[in-house]
Amino acid sequence: MKRLLASFLLWLPLGAHAALNVFACEPEWAALAREIGGDDVRVYAATTARQDPHRIEARPSLIAQMRRADLVVCTGAGLEAGWLPVLLREAGNARVQPGRPGYFEATRFVSLLEKPARLDRAEGDVHAAGNPHIHTDPRNLAKVGAALTTRLAEIDPQHAAAHRARGEAFDARWQAAIARWEARAVPLKGMPVAVQHPSFSYLIGWLGMVEVATLEPRPGVEPSVGHLAQVAARLQATPARAVLRAAYQSPRPADWLAARAGIPALALPYTVGGSARAGDLFGLFDDTLDQLLSAAR
Amino acid sequence: MLRPALLAAALAAAFPAHADTELDTLRAELQELKAAYEARIQALESRLQQAESAATTEASLPSAPVPPTESRADTGSFNPDISLILQGRYAHLDDVEHRAISGFLPAGHDHGLPRGFSLDHTELVMSASVDPYFNGYFNLALVDEEVAIEEAWFQTTSLGHGASLKGGRFLSGLGYQNEQHPHAWDFADNNLMYRALFGEAYGNDGVQLKWVAPTELFIELGAEAGRGAGFPGTDRNANGAGSYAMFGHLGGDVGVSSSWRAGLSYLHAKADERDGELEDLNDVEAETLFSGKSKTWVADFVWKWAPDGNARERNFKLAGEYFRRSERGSLLCEDNLDQGGACDGTEDAYRSRQSGYYVQGVYQFMPRWRTGYRYDRLDPGSVDFGLNSASLAVTDYKPTRHSLMLDYSPSEFSRLRLQVSKDESMESVSENQWFVQYVHSLGAHGAHKF
Repeated sequence: MKRLLASFLLWLPLGAHAALNVFACEPEWAALAREIGGDDVRVYAATTARQDPHRIEARPSLIAQMRRADLVVCTGAGLEAGWLPVLLREAGNARVQPGRPGYFEATRFVSLLEKPARLDRAEGDVHAAGNPHIHTDPRNLAKVGAALTTRLAEIDPQHAAAHRARGEAFDARWQAAIARWEARAVPLKGMPVAVQHPSFSYLIGWLGMVEVATLEPRPGVEPSVGHLAQVAARLQATPARAVLRAAYQSPRPADWLAARAGIPALALPYTVGGSARAGDLFGLFDDTLDQLLSAAR
Repeated sequence: MLRPALLAAALAAAFPAHADTELDTLRAELQELKAAYEARIQALESRLQQAESAATTEASLPSAPVPPTESRADTGSFNPDISLILQGRYAHLDDVEHRAISGFLPAGHDHGLPRGFSLDHTELVMSASVDPYFNGYFNLALVDEEVAIEEAWFQTTSLGHGASLKGGRFLSGLGYQNEQHPHAWDFADNNLMYRALFGEAYGNDGVQLKWVAPTELFIELGAEAGRGAGFPGTDRNANGAGSYAMFGHLGGDVGVSSSWRAGLSYLHAKADERDGELEDLNDVEAETLFSGKSKTWVADFVWKWAPDGNARERNFKLAGEYFRRSERGSLLCEDNLDQGGACDGTEDAYRSRQSGYYVQGVYQFMPRWRTGYRYDRLDPGSVDFGLNSASLAVTDYKPTRHSLMLDYSPSEFSRLRLQVSKDESMESVSENQWFVQYVHSLGAHGAHKF
């Protein structure tokens, strides 16, 4: 077996490839890495828009992908605490350990909302560092994109110029898109909404909407019928225009409440791949805004 | 504010009589100084007030943006992640004096199964990065009058090329369930296979080298060498390694909804006067001492399914393991003629080839609720006691057990479980067992493996 191991190790450098392997924890970072890395990266998305990023199994296939990664792009802020540490530990890949250039946490480059004043599990599945669902505000994606461009240029100096060029081109298109979205989203300002989980805090903040109710009694805790009835009663006093949920979340609580309150339940794509139109980052926000605007009308 | 005024008063008092021009200018300068001081202090006070009011408004706004932290986000300090596992149960059992699996030499120390209410091991777990090159992990199991260091190891993080080295006391990477601590089991008690093989799980003091292949298919190879003090080996006073293990695992996904892992492991251990209690042909307790070699093969398989790979609502897990063990050496049955036993202290060749398996399926049918079924079966295979077959019985009884469980997890950190088992692991006993169990984890509980 030793000889086999040694021969594998010797053979390893020959297997090195031109394209940089990027392991993206969530589809939004995979899409961002593709925008900036272009053909110089090979991106693997560890999760899909149908999966809850809090609850992912540290599957063998993910360990195998982590093993080959040159760059790991994840959200951080505790979102992947249930699975990413196992992958990092089991994969034996020194390049992508925390603190190395190959480890990139998006939440490091933006300001986080909802940092809990009190850390107690009685408050539910709270994230000590703040709300990690930062990508629902496109301005955050611009910041993370700039940082990712720098990082790609750092670990892939051969293609640094190409990464920078693509990063700048993406930023220009993205800023134009943000301006377009903000112009379209004017009617959304002040629109009251209910959310299933605090997945859209950044989106709501960006568009100036108002979050009037959360369906989960505590973050990560399934809402019971009794709790939903309370939320419905609260919505009578402070009505919402829509109930928002992410595509991966169970439709039952949102649909139940929406029917009760006579408002639409919106299954927002939440991330790339969350709906047919959310094929890339631009489509993600186009679709999200269309859905919100249809509810605002 | 007070001091310049006092100073001025003192100076004025010091020169009362001579009201010449020099003194006037001095007084004027002092007045100026005083005014300037007061203005500056007022400015400072108003600034302080502003800052205070700003701080209170910031605190009252919970969603005020905070700058990103540069430290490790989860813990925010250099302290290790600490977690405590609380476990306890209520067991409704028959009154069985000595619980041992028929046809198998008993594995290590057995705590037995207390009837009624009891506390399981309380586990204290700490882990952290040691430095950029190592991780450290520590697991202490506490029961009354007994503290056991279940695991205490370091693992390299910087070797690269898929390799990692672990050293210290650790649970062996063989099989599937072996690396899981009891709080991570899907049932309230251990399966018969692991009970027969290792008591609880195979732990070792030693080193482990593991390597993951740079392929899309998950390929993991590992080798371990260690003291080998745990059953089926014995502690020893010697240099070198008392046991070694090798294992390989393959794994991957099938579509987006299913994933699997399969493996094959081998454990070689040496035993020197390993003691075990058996009932001899006269139904009297006999003390046996085994010296020789023990070889164990374990094949394991796990398959997990969740719709769209989203395990939050519903998911299913199927796991099974199969073992073959052969032991060769000599067995001494200590003289128990005095107690009416059949052993007279004969030592002779001993040979056994035994096998067994378990399969279990656990289904989460709605959030928080899971149900599961487990089937255990062991085969005593062929046992040759040599000359001792005159005093020790060979059986072809195949121990089995059916277990059915239902558990409820209010959150990721708490679990309540009800289990009923039909236990026929002892030839003479067919027992219905009931368990109610809780498993709670406090603190920064680490992520579990697949």
